[in-house]
Amino acid sequence: MDPIIQAVYGLPIIGLVFQLVGYLITVLPDIAPIILRGAVPIALAALCGVMCERSGVVNIGIEGTMLVAAFVAWAAGVYLVPLLGDSVPLAIFGITPALVGALLIAVLAGLIVALLHAWLSISVRADQIIAGTIINIAAFGITGYLYSLISSSSPEGAGAFVTFRPPEFLLALPFVGWLFDMFLAQGPIGMGVIVIVVVFQVFLFRSRWGLRMRSVGEHPRAAETVGIDVIRVRYRNVLLGGVLAALGGAYLSLEITGSFTQGMTAGRGFIGLAAMIIGRWTPLGAFGAALMFSSFGAIGQSINIAPPPGDLGVLLDQLPGQFFDALPYLATIVVLAGVVGRSVPPAADGLPYEREAAS
Amino acid sequence: MTGVRRAWAIVALPVISIVLSVLVGSVVIILSQWLVSGTFELGLAVDAYASLISGSIGSFNAIVNTLTVAAPLILGGLSVGLAFKAGLFNIGAQGQFLMGALGAVIVGVTLREAAPPLAIPAALVGGMLFGAFYGFIPGVLKAVSGAHEVVTTIMLNFIAVAIVAGMVSEVLKVPASPQPITLDVVNASLPVILGRNGHIGIIYALLAAVGYHWLLFRTTRGFEIRTTGANPDAARYAGMKPRRIIVWTMSVAGLLAGLAGATELLGVSHLMTASYGTTVGFDSIAVALLGRTSAVGIVISALFFGGMRAGAPAMQVEAGVPADLVGVLQATILFFLVAGPVVQRVFRLRGVKAAIEDTGTFTRTYGGGESVSR
Repeated sequence: MDPIIQAVYGLPIIGLVFQLVGYLITVLPDIAPIILRGAVPIALAALCGVMCERSGVVNIGIEGTMLVAAFVAWAAGVYLVPLLGDSVPLAIFGITPALVGALLIAVLAGLIVALLHAWLSISVRADQIIAGTIINIAAFGITGYLYSLISSSSPEGAGAFVTFRPPEFLLALPFVGWLFDMFLAQGPIGMGVIVIVVVFQVFLFRSRWGLRMRSVGEHPRAAETVGIDVIRVRYRNVLLGGVLAALGGAYLSLEITGSFTQGMTAGRGFIGLAAMIIGRWTPLGAFGAALMFSSFGAIGQSINIAPPPGDLGVLLDQLPGQFFDALPYLATIVVLAGVVGRSVPPAADGLPYEREAAS
Repeated sequence: MTGVRRAWAIVALPVISIVLSVLVGSVVIILSQWLVSGTFELGLAVDAYASLISGSIGSFNAIVNTLTVAAPLILGGLSVGLAFKAGLFNIGAQGQFLMGALGAVIVGVTLREAAPPLAIPAALVGGMLFGAFYGFIPGVLKAVSGAHEVVTTIMLNFIAVAIVAGMVSEVLKVPASPQPITLDVVNASLPVILGRNGHIGIIYALLAAVGYHWLLFRTTRGFEIRTTGANPDAARYAGMKPRRIIVWTMSVAGLLAGLAGATELLGVSHLMTASYGTTVGFDSIAVALLGRTSAVGIVISALFFGGMRAGAPAMQVEAGVPADLVGVLQATILFFLVAGPVVQRVFRLRGVKAAIEDTGTFTRTYGGGESVSR
C-alpha cells in the first residue's frame, strides 16, 4: 500500500471524527435554540440581500442599516419608556407599548437608510458598492456619536421581548421535542423570520410580483419593454430590504440583549451577504446558510464552555478561546471561496438602469 | 487663468463636499444637543469647530500631533487607493494594519536589545510582510475562486482582531503582568524628529506616496494595474494577466497598510494590548476617495482627516461635543462625493471632474467574479 495512505490510516483522525460527531449529536438538542437565535439576524440580513439583488441592486450597506436600526430601537426605548409609562407586559412575548413603539421606529429608521441607498444607487447611479460602504461608515459614525451623547447619563432602554415558552409536553416528545424547542422557544422576531422566509420564497417563485422582480434583476430592458416600471420595482425592493435589515438590527437590541453597544452588529450584515451567495439568492437557501454560519459560532461556544471528553477534548482544549471567536468569520471565507464560482447572481446585479431616451 | 480653472475643476467637488458636510455637522451638533439637554445653542457648533481647528493646527504641538496621526492615514490611503486603481476595493486595510502592527511588535520585542539601525528596519519589514500576507489572502481568493474582496476582507478584519487578541494574551504576554500586554519594543522604537512625539513615520509615508506615484505612472506594472482597473477584458486581450495583477496589487496594498500599522506601533504605542484597535482602516477609505486615489490628493486628504482626528479630543474637552463627530463629518463628506452628479447639478458646475473616478469593476465582479474568471 502507498506509504502516505498508510500514514494517514495510522493517525487517529477517524477516531477524532467519530468523537466529534458523537459530541455534536449529544449537544445539538441543547444548542439548537441558540443556533436559531444566532441565525436570525444573519438570515434577515441575507433576506435583505436577496430582496435587493433580485431586483438588481447590490446592497453592501446592510450592516450599517442593521446598526442604525439596533441603535434607534434602543434609543427610542429610552425616550418612549417615560412617555408611555410602565404598563404591565402582555403574557406573550412580554410585549409593552414601548417595545412595540421602539420596534416601529427602528423599522422607520431602516426605511430611511434604505431610501438613501436606493437614491444613491438607483437615481444618482453611483457605484453601488461605494454607496453601501459609505452607508456603513456613516452608520458607524452617527450611532457612535449619538450613543456617546445619550449614554453619558446611562439611561434604560425599553428592555427586551421575552422568549416564548412552548408547553412542556411538546418539549418532552421523543426525537422531535428539541425541534419544537428550537423553533418555538423564540421571541416575536425570531419566530417571524421563519414565516418571512416561507412567504418570501413562495412569492418570489410563484407569484406575478416575484416574477416581475426577478425579470427586473435579470434583464431590466426587457422588463421595461413589457411595461414594468424598473425604477419603481427597484426602489420598492430596496425599501422592503431596509425593513428586513431593520428587523435584524432591532432583533439584536430588542430581543437578544435589551441594550446597545457600539458596533454591535459585528459583521453580521456581511455574513448575511455570504449566506445570500451560498443560498444562491433564494430565501430558503439563504436561511439554511445562515443556520450553518450560526451553528459554527454556537458549536464553538459550546466547545469552549463544555469541551467534549476524550482525545478530541484534549486537542480542542489546546486551541485558544479567540480561535472560537474567529470561527464564524473563518467559516464564511472558506465556504464563500468554495461556493461563489458556482453560485450565479442575477444578470443585472449592480448595474444602474438608465431609461432609454424617449424619441 | 487656465491653471486656476484646471485646479478648480479638480478640487471643486471635494471642497464643496467638505463645506456641505461642515454645515450638516453643525445641524447634527445643534439638534443632538437639543435632543439630549433640551437647550438650543446655535453657538455650540462654532465652538466645536473652533476647538477642532485649534486642536489640530493651533500650536506647534498640535501640528506635530496632526502629522503623527496623518502618517498611518497616508499609508492606509495609498493602500486603498492602489487597490482602487486595479478595480479592487480594499476594505481590509483595517485588518492589514493590525497584522502589520502585530508583525512589528513580534520582531520589535525580539530585537528590543539590538542596535536601532538593525532593530527598526527589521521590525518595519516584519510589519510589512505580515500586512502583505494579509492582503495576499483576499487577492488569491478573488483571483482563484472569484470571492469578492469586500466580503472576504471584512471577515479578515474580524479575524485579525481575534489573532491579535490571541497572540497577545497567549504568546506575547508579559508573564508578570496582570493584563495581557506585550513588552515594550525599546530599541525598535522609531526616532522622534519633531517636538515631543513627532516620529519619523511621516517621512516614510511621504516617501511611500512618491513611490506610489512612480509605480503607477512610471512603471510597466503600474500601467498593467491601471489597465486592469479600467477594463480587465482589454487587459487580458493585450496579453496582461489580470489574476496575477490582482494578487500582486492586493499584496502590495496589504504591505502599505501593514507599514501603516508598523509605524503606528513602533512610533506611538511601542507595545500591544490584547484589545489593540484602530480607526485607520475606515479612515483610509475616506482618505483614498477624497484624494481621488492620486498621491498628492491622498497626502492632502490624510492631513485633513488626520487634523480632524487629532483635534477631536480638544473638541470633546472644550466644547463637550463627542469626538465621534469626526466619523459623522467623514461620512457626510463621502456622501456628497458619491452624490457628486447631483451636487454638480445643484451648484451648476460645468466642466469639473467627477468626485469619484468611474471604477465599475467592484460591482461588475461582485458575486460571480465574471470578469476575472473567464
